[in-house]
Amino acid sequence: MDIALSAEDLAFRDEVRNFLDTEFDAEMQAHLKSRGSTGMVEWQQKLYAKGWVAPNWPAEHGGTGWTATQKYIWESERSLRGIPDVVPFGLVMVANVIMAFGTDEQKEYFLPRILKSEDWWCQGYSEPGSGSDLASLKTKAERDGDDYIINGAKIWTTYAQHADWIFCLVRTDNSGKKQEGITFILVDMKSEGIKVNPIIGIDNEHNLNEVEFNNVRVPAKNVVGEVGKGWTVAKALLAHERTGIAGVADIKRNMRLIKEAAASEVNGGQRLIDDPGFQQRMADIEVELMALEFTELRTLATMAAGGFPGPESSLLKIKGTELQQATQELRMEIAAYYQGVLPTDMDPEVLGHEFGSDARRAFMYGRAATIYGGSNEVQKNIISKYVLGLE
Amino acid sequence: MNFDYTEEQQMVRDSIARFVQDDYDWDTRRAIVDSDEGMSRQNWQTFAELGWLSIPFCEADGGFGGNIVDMSVVMEEMGKGLVVEPFFPTVVLFGGVVARAGDEAQRAEILDSVIGGETLGAFAYVERQSRFAINDCKTTATANGDGFTLNGEKVVVFNGENADKLVVLARTSGGQFDEDGLSLFLVDANAEGVSKVCYPMMDAQRVANITFDNVQLGAGALLGTEGAALPVVNDVVSEALIALASEAVGIMGTLNAKTLEYTKTREQFGVAIGSFQALQHRMVDTMMAYEQAKSLLFKALCEYKIDPASAEATIHALKVLIDRNGKLIYGEAIQMHGGMGITDELDIGHYAKRLMMINATLGDGTFHRSKFIESTYAAA
Repeated sequence: MDIALSAEDLAFRDEVRNFLDTEFDAEMQAHLKSRGSTGMVEWQQKLYAKGWVAPNWPAEHGGTGWTATQKYIWESERSLRGIPDVVPFGLVMVANVIMAFGTDEQKEYFLPRILKSEDWWCQGYSEPGSGSDLASLKTKAERDGDDYIINGAKIWTTYAQHADWIFCLVRTDNSGKKQEGITFILVDMKSEGIKVNPIIGIDNEHNLNEVEFNNVRVPAKNVVGEVGKGWTVAKALLAHERTGIAGVADIKRNMRLIKEAAASEVNGGQRLIDDPGFQQRMADIEVELMALEFTELRTLATMAAGGFPGPESSLLKIKGTELQQATQELRMEIAAYYQGVLPTDMDPEVLGHEFGSDARRAFMYGRAATIYGGSNEVQKNIISKYVLGLE
Repeated sequence: MNFDYTEEQQMVRDSIARFVQDDYDWDTRRAIVDSDEGMSRQNWQTFAELGWLSIPFCEADGGFGGNIVDMSVVMEEMGKGLVVEPFFPTVVLFGGVVARAGDEAQRAEILDSVIGGETLGAFAYVERQSRFAINDCKTTATANGDGFTLNGEKVVVFNGENADKLVVLARTSGGQFDEDGLSLFLVDANAEGVSKVCYPMMDAQRVANITFDNVQLGAGALLGTEGAALPVVNDVVSEALIALASEAVGIMGTLNAKTLEYTKTREQFGVAIGSFQALQHRMVDTMMAYEQAKSLLFKALCEYKIDPASAEATIHALKVLIDRNGKLIYGEAIQMHGGMGITDELDIGHYAKRLMMINATLGDGTFHRSKFIESTYAAA
């Protein structure tokens, strides 16, 4: 039972601080703010150059080989500076699948390109008719010589408008149970027959899309794992996804922003941070957050010791997303009337407020967190079956 | 970074678990609770022989020299078995004060016999009006020659019925609420002028209201520096809060396990009730509540080990979460056991009642949330 940082850990922390303070300079911050995905690619390439873009990859494939403590230090220092995490679809999701189930050829081609952020990935799981009941998916892949012909549609596809590749679950067989006959396949977004239709979100932004497949021809060598075993592949990915999803470091940052804002916001001459009702709401979130941080550390420590995350990891997604939303809600409320400000280029001086629109966008976009990656209700079904053993 | 217990800690854990399993089954425990003293002297001797009573005391005082994690392991296991023998009042509170405040002679005299199982102790710090404010103290000790004269009343003294020795918090100067002017005194439970009214609590603790009527104390009765008791008491309280949280975590895990098992075997409408999604999602909630409480306990343990002062906010937060999650867990345990859950016969209600008393001890969730806010947002 020990969290004391060793001399090596402290030296590592200095190195991280030094790197982030030097490389995440004003220019990079401006890039990220104004250029969206292009800015993100530039940042990820800087991380790649340093060898730090893939903390969750094994060292043999170009990962960092960090200990649990080092990962924790990295996450804390990153979020402290408001630096967004890497875009997960390539570096976290599909990479882990390729490493675990891919052929040597797939590994050699895709993994270096993912590391260098040369390819932008998106995820083709949900369909208009298949949300929480993912296994009911209907997008069909039919064998034609050395290729598959794909027909159907995927939906809620984040960043499909930027993507070079999409990893999809498709149906290759209809004869058995619905979980059988699903195949995991990689599709080049430049293929003929793919159409991306934007969906404007509740946050008034374009992040989501519908992706149509009309007779899209995909080489059979793009199947990852066995044909018909895509469900197993997807489930293994979920376990990886779950561990990073709590977003503790980012919630901590939200909490700090809330405290700063509550210290400057005044109601009838009293600072919001001195209001007992508001203090209690902050405390209720913070107490859960302090616990969640250690739940995440417990998971990291287990994984660093070579173990598989225990039951404590399954609550990371549920609790993490609940707390993300709780902090987003609180920050919205601090903005009072200004929480309703739409995206604007207006000078805060003219508008009269700094963060209203940011808070609104974070809150609105944040609603997705309890829905994606398996809705929290589906998570509870999974936990009750696989952790509690309830049928 | 690691959240493992040492081999030694595992051994202590196993030995308490074995005791609970072999010698502390539910009927045995019930007979102990119903006995005259509400505890088993024989068990207490066993605790002494197995070294459990020595764990928090330093080696110079004849103890095992254990740290906060060792203490936590003991308390968690005691929680799982719902052990009623007065480990918390005697070792954690009474022993904790003597170990911190006592001089060499006092420690030698008292701790030796605590470790040996000969002395049962109690810490008398609650007054009728004081609620959770330990500084709110009307009991007085006035200088009298070389010694002191003690007057006043302490209530709900844990183990007050069976304690041989008491540590009493009394005011030697200042007003009722002053933080300065408090002192600690070692008092024989059967000294002249000490009288008590004993009563059992819902968690089977035997407590007492103890009155001190011109009790004459020698100079050697004063523990620590006159007028400077509060910081010492606060240190003991911090450690005691971690101990109680550990016990609570043991109870929460047990309640969840028993409830889960019950829903897998209890059939209604022709199926196990655990097959109902309405119950499944709630059992996921109680599982998460338990894991979160355990995580925050780990945080408190790790911080306390590095520097007790650095754990202050975490300890307040821990008591808040134990209160909140404890209520969820015992509430659901009772509800899911249905009619059986509200019987005295089943152990579920007894685990629930101990959790409730833990919540009410040394400040409840509301109290500690205010303390957390004070320590966290005051400087913002």
